[in-house]
Amino acid sequence: MSHSTSSPAVLVLEDGKVFRGTSYGKTGSTLGEAVFSTGMTGYQETLTDPSYAGQIVVQTAPHIGNTGVNSEDAESRKIWVAGYVVRDAARRASNWRSERTLDEELIDQNIIGIQGIDTRALTRHLRSAGSMRSGIFSGDDARRPEAELIEEVKNSEQMKGRKLAESVSVDSAFVVEPKDFGWAEEPKATIVAVDLGIKAMTPQRFAERGVRVHVVPADTTLEEIQSYNPDGFFMSNGPGDPATADAQVDLLRSVLKNKTPFFGICFGNQILGRALGFGTYKLPFGHRGINQPVLDKLTGKVEITAQNHGFAVDAPVEGKTTAPIAEFGEIEVSHVGLNDQVVEGIRCLDIPAFSVQYHPEAAAGPHDSAYLFDRFIDLMLENKN
Amino acid sequence: MPRRKDLNSILVIGSGPIVIGQAAEFDYSGTQALRVLKEEGVRVILVNSNPATIMTDPEFADATYIEPITPEVIEKIIAKEKPDAILPTLGGQTALNAAISLDEAGILAKYDVELIGANIEAINLGEDREAFKGVVERAGGESARSIIVHSMPEALKAAEELGYPMVVRPSFTMGGLGSGLAYNEEDLYRIAGAGIQYSPTSEVLLEESILGWKEYELEMMRDKNDNVVVVCSIENFDPVGVHTGDSITVAPALTLTDREYQRLRDIAINVIREVGVDTGGCNIQFAIEPDTGRVVVIEMNPRVSRSSALASKATGFPIAKIATKLSLGYTLDEIPNDITQKTPASFEPTLDYVVVKVPRFAFEKFPAADPTLTTTMKSVGEAMALGRNFTEALQKAMRSLEQKGSAFSFIKPELSESELNELIEKTKVPTTERIHQVQQALLAGATIEQMYDATGIDPWFLDQLVLLNEVAEEVADKGTLDEDILRYAKRHGFSDEQLAEIVGMNEDIVRGVRHALGVRPVFKTVDTCAAEFEAFTPYHYSSYDTEDEVAQHDKPSIMILGSGPNRIGQGIEFDYSCVHASMVLREAGYETVMVNCNPETVSTDYDVSTRLYFEPLTLEDVLEVIESERRTGGLMGVFVQLGGQTPLKLAQQLKSAGVPILGTSPEAIDLAEDRGEFAQVLENAGLLSPKNGTAYTFDSAKKIADEIGYPVLVRPSYVLGGRGMEIVYDEENLARYLENATEVSPSQPALIDKFLEDAVEIDVDALYDGTEMYLGGVMEHIEEAGIHSGDSACTLPPITLGTDIIQRVKEATYEIAKGVGVRGLINIQFAVASDILYVIEANPRASRTVPFVSKATGVQMAKAAALIGTGKSIAELKQEGYLPQHMDGASLPSDTAIAVKEVVLPFSRFRTPGGVVVDSLLGPEMRSTGEVMGLDRYLDTAFAKAQTAVGSTLPTEGKVFVSVANRDKRNTIIYVKMLQQLGFEIVSTGGTADVLRRNGVDSQVVAKMRETAEDEKSIVDMINDGEINIIFNTPSGGGEARGDGYQIRAAATSVGCPVMTTVSEFGSAVQAINALREYSWSVMSLQEHEQNLAKAQEVNA
Repeated sequence: MSHSTSSPAVLVLEDGKVFRGTSYGKTGSTLGEAVFSTGMTGYQETLTDPSYAGQIVVQTAPHIGNTGVNSEDAESRKIWVAGYVVRDAARRASNWRSERTLDEELIDQNIIGIQGIDTRALTRHLRSAGSMRSGIFSGDDARRPEAELIEEVKNSEQMKGRKLAESVSVDSAFVVEPKDFGWAEEPKATIVAVDLGIKAMTPQRFAERGVRVHVVPADTTLEEIQSYNPDGFFMSNGPGDPATADAQVDLLRSVLKNKTPFFGICFGNQILGRALGFGTYKLPFGHRGINQPVLDKLTGKVEITAQNHGFAVDAPVEGKTTAPIAEFGEIEVSHVGLNDQVVEGIRCLDIPAFSVQYHPEAAAGPHDSAYLFDRFIDLMLENKN
Repeated sequence: MPRRKDLNSILVIGSGPIVIGQAAEFDYSGTQALRVLKEEGVRVILVNSNPATIMTDPEFADATYIEPITPEVIEKIIAKEKPDAILPTLGGQTALNAAISLDEAGILAKYDVELIGANIEAINLGEDREAFKGVVERAGGESARSIIVHSMPEALKAAEELGYPMVVRPSFTMGGLGSGLAYNEEDLYRIAGAGIQYSPTSEVLLEESILGWKEYELEMMRDKNDNVVVVCSIENFDPVGVHTGDSITVAPALTLTDREYQRLRDIAINVIREVGVDTGGCNIQFAIEPDTGRVVVIEMNPRVSRSSALASKATGFPIAKIATKLSLGYTLDEIPNDITQKTPASFEPTLDYVVVKVPRFAFEKFPAADPTLTTTMKSVGEAMALGRNFTEALQKAMRSLEQKGSAFSFIKPELSESELNELIEKTKVPTTERIHQVQQALLAGATIEQMYDATGIDPWFLDQLVLLNEVAEEVADKGTLDEDILRYAKRHGFSDEQLAEIVGMNEDIVRGVRHALGVRPVFKTVDTCAAEFEAFTPYHYSSYDTEDEVAQHDKPSIMILGSGPNRIGQGIEFDYSCVHASMVLREAGYETVMVNCNPETVSTDYDVSTRLYFEPLTLEDVLEVIESERRTGGLMGVFVQLGGQTPLKLAQQLKSAGVPILGTSPEAIDLAEDRGEFAQVLENAGLLSPKNGTAYTFDSAKKIADEIGYPVLVRPSYVLGGRGMEIVYDEENLARYLENATEVSPSQPALIDKFLEDAVEIDVDALYDGTEMYLGGVMEHIEEAGIHSGDSACTLPPITLGTDIIQRVKEATYEIAKGVGVRGLINIQFAVASDILYVIEANPRASRTVPFVSKATGVQMAKAAALIGTGKSIAELKQEGYLPQHMDGASLPSDTAIAVKEVVLPFSRFRTPGGVVVDSLLGPEMRSTGEVMGLDRYLDTAFAKAQTAVGSTLPTEGKVFVSVANRDKRNTIIYVKMLQQLGFEIVSTGGTADVLRRNGVDSQVVAKMRETAEDEKSIVDMINDGEINIIFNTPSGGGEARGDGYQIRAAATSVGCPVMTTVSEFGSAVQAINALREYSWSVMSLQEHEQNLAKAQEVNA
């Protein structure tokens, strides 16, 4: 496609800022919360991460699509982002595993994007003004009056208070078997993992370690969970405001009361926080990237983590605290984000439960935190005996 | 955990002279290290033989030893200074090797000194190929597969497993004898068959070839708590087979998925842990098979390296600085990120731009060398550029090289099919030209697939070249320049000059149109975090994007234009002057702005100047930076006299564009360059220059040469570093020169000077403020005139010049500085022949010798020059203590220690297509890459130190080979006699032997090459076998003997035997050998030297 024949596109923010570029992926219009992600690799994983549902994702890395798309790296069954913003989209994919170009994939999956804008200027704006509602309008829609587009964005739904986990969750339960991931022996343990937007790598990390994983829908009941007779219970990452997840919070409280070992990731961390009685709040522009330093207070070591969260748990970072719901006993913040001291992990001291706000399954991202899966397995085995 | 309290004094080992593969980047890392140690209150001791570095400035350490980096010398320093620890990881392989030697010699144990930042086991594991293979395996990685065989059947069986092509390496043979690449069974029979014969153990190693694979590098940091981070990933544009230093490289890696990238990261972290890198930086190189993704670990360096400097500049993460803190016991999470201030260093930088590094070569200096790029590094410098995409960064990097034709040309070549195929064929061999050939082939219609097959360059990169070609075509098709097309082309890095070529306009007009349309770059910030956090460090690069990030400043700034990529003739010495200017001007309260594109340098460290613009030094790019400064608070003026020729050549154009030039005016610069006008200055002052003339044809050249008399020095006009310069002894050779000199044409005449035989050459650096002059230093060359001053050893103070000559030199310097109209630094070359003082040339700018003079005399000349540029007078500078009040370079007391500058030459890197090293003969064309200083009380030991520091340690016993031209025979005898008395055995050839015999010196006569009988050992054989300890060989100028001399010198270069090619150098060497035998070395710090000078000044007062 030559420069002069490309189709126009415009990104509009709710505060009236407008960025003009050209169309990427499918042409049309889309609305969502504009957030930026700073990972330099892993766009395919990002696009297929259900936690991005409802969001227009801005990639700060300028070149996107270089390695095309393959059938191995997707983190779920489809692309979830509401829209996609890049600076320089690849004209050609080059990688031995590449099966098609990203542009083709976006068009196939009806994802509307924009390319050629000053993504750094946009990122700086989101950093100082905070994540906000936005829309991408391309093709004929790009020619509509700006005022009209801004109005449309302003009328769209806020991320705060938005309930999305159920909409991305699977319809029916399925099982991930260790033997399919190179585990030759009998499974060590069985867990039930509630899919609130689970990434494919999470059950895989368990399975590789000999754990059978029953992935169940977001609205699964306690009885259904108990029917699997699990050694442990897991809640995944997912999109939306944790304050809307009352059903999951109630469910988790019942599980905790039963002293079933629990591990949560991301949204699962926020649900543990809420189940213990803490609040959650929206971060100004969130943590989205694969270079985020987190201190494990137990070992004093720093791990480089993959993160994707717009909300965080409001708990005291220093020392031990009694959970607001006192029957769960004492807790401590086990992991802290070193960039801004945000709670990145919680550990219960009196019941077998812990969770982290970041992504130890790390797809995309570094594998520094994979030890958490082992920690959870140890916790389950201890409780088994 | 805070830093260790038991480390109160630390010895840092530097990297010595600039050589190919180990250059200015270690000054950058060393300077950072010293600053950290000082800030931490540690007593800092430094050893580094290279005076041209910032790190050897006396204020950066408590005791600075400009001494040879050898275990013997370091032991003396340890004995004197008693450091608690040695930090050896910031001085390249030189420092690591020194640390290993100190350990092996038991010196570390003897003085109870600890190594910090590395341990011996880790260093050895990185070095030992077999041991490292084990490391890689334990780390879950793979090395290139290899099999050891003892017979052809075994070899054939191994071939089935390894596949062709295959590297064949016979075991235990010297210098890679018998190794080669086998592409098929026939090759294998030939190479392995012979290899089994060659090998004393009948053993051959067969290794799978990874040529053509994708190549990557990760820059890592580890702290003592085992926290590991990847600072930067780097991808090579050129596939495996070209040394990383000679490759175009890109950061971040652009053609890996996250899974593949994380696999490299996992292996790298495991390798670091397995090797046991204590704390600090290290890098790991990987190869990836492009069709399968198989990963092979190539090597690891457990230290700060050239690529760490690149990674630091590319990401804003200061690796050397942080490595130093880690070595003191800090952990990564305890160290704040300078740029964001709020976040810690325990993170991995993320980039929202692309960085491209391109190498700069100097093959034109070595016409006999084979320009094929191999796994032996040959580039002498590099340029880096940042852009918001690959095309922008690549094009900026290419034009940063400042070489004719370094930027792409988009004029479509009219090639027939066979010509195109020929071009494609050429790209199969990597050379400096390959990227241009590839782009031209694509322009001429070759497909990406064809070019991928030929070169192995990733199709994504090839497509980016196609994109550039397409943009150029759109511009050409459009025919006019409107805002839309200009923005589009600029977005992909096209310069005004390139656009001018495409649309057939003048560059100035393109720029005028562009400015009129408001198409100008914005400046973005390097912030380590892709804008996630606010950046507090003004480290900027230009991009044709929309939002500008340069903050308003309160007062007009002063801009310093740097020297661009290092090259022979313009290297670290110029960066030294630029950095000094920035330092002193900031001290004086100015805001300084540095513009440069060389990632190896101190000047491109983000905290040297108030603001750093990492930009090409072309007129267009500099004008845009100027506009940015004007827009954000104003610009007081620009310094062009500190960065060498690169900024100097912009002076007139900048002035025409209304930019104030600080210091010497562009008119004065022109005056000094213009032969006629400069001759007038000399005449007015009653000074002489060698007779000369300008010739456009052979006839006029002959006429001039006849008039002034042979020998003459001929050169094309407008050249740097003595390019194409030659001494011609007769008419026949004059004709040959003019026939071969492609650079001489009616518009580019040849300059012909009388060559002063046996003249003493003198270099002077001075300051002038319009009324007063300060003479910085007078340097006497050891070699006679005729050797390029940059390649010549010299002494300061001069050792044989009388006070009257020095006085005449001082007066002449004053007259020239005044006549030219200098405001700041001037460098003048003189020659003295038969007691007559001749002026050879004058350069009204910072020179290569400024750092040497500053170190030798304790006066920081570049700082003074910068202040003169802002209007200070020399009288004021004396008052304020920048210049001494009662002494100058002409009045150093007679007991001042002698500083000897010696150079290092890169001949051993360059081989002819036949595989022999190129000739090491010195001449009027400069070819050295770096320098050292030897400082001692007397010339002989200072000279010996300098020789040791350049790695050509003089022998104190053994065999000397002497073979000299007839004109040198008379002057040689006395020195040969001295060596004989010292117990040396003399070996010589026919004519020289006869002369020696008549003078009572018996020598072993050895045949010259062409006279050697079949079973007789030639001199070259003796050199190769290590039987000769030092060689004295002067060229006779004739064809045959010259050929012989070449073979002798080539052999000596290969085995690292010291070679003297002039009588004066030989004389100094003999004195030094004598001194070495009689006198035990002592070491003296620069601080002690300066104290002695200060005392002398008091006496003068």
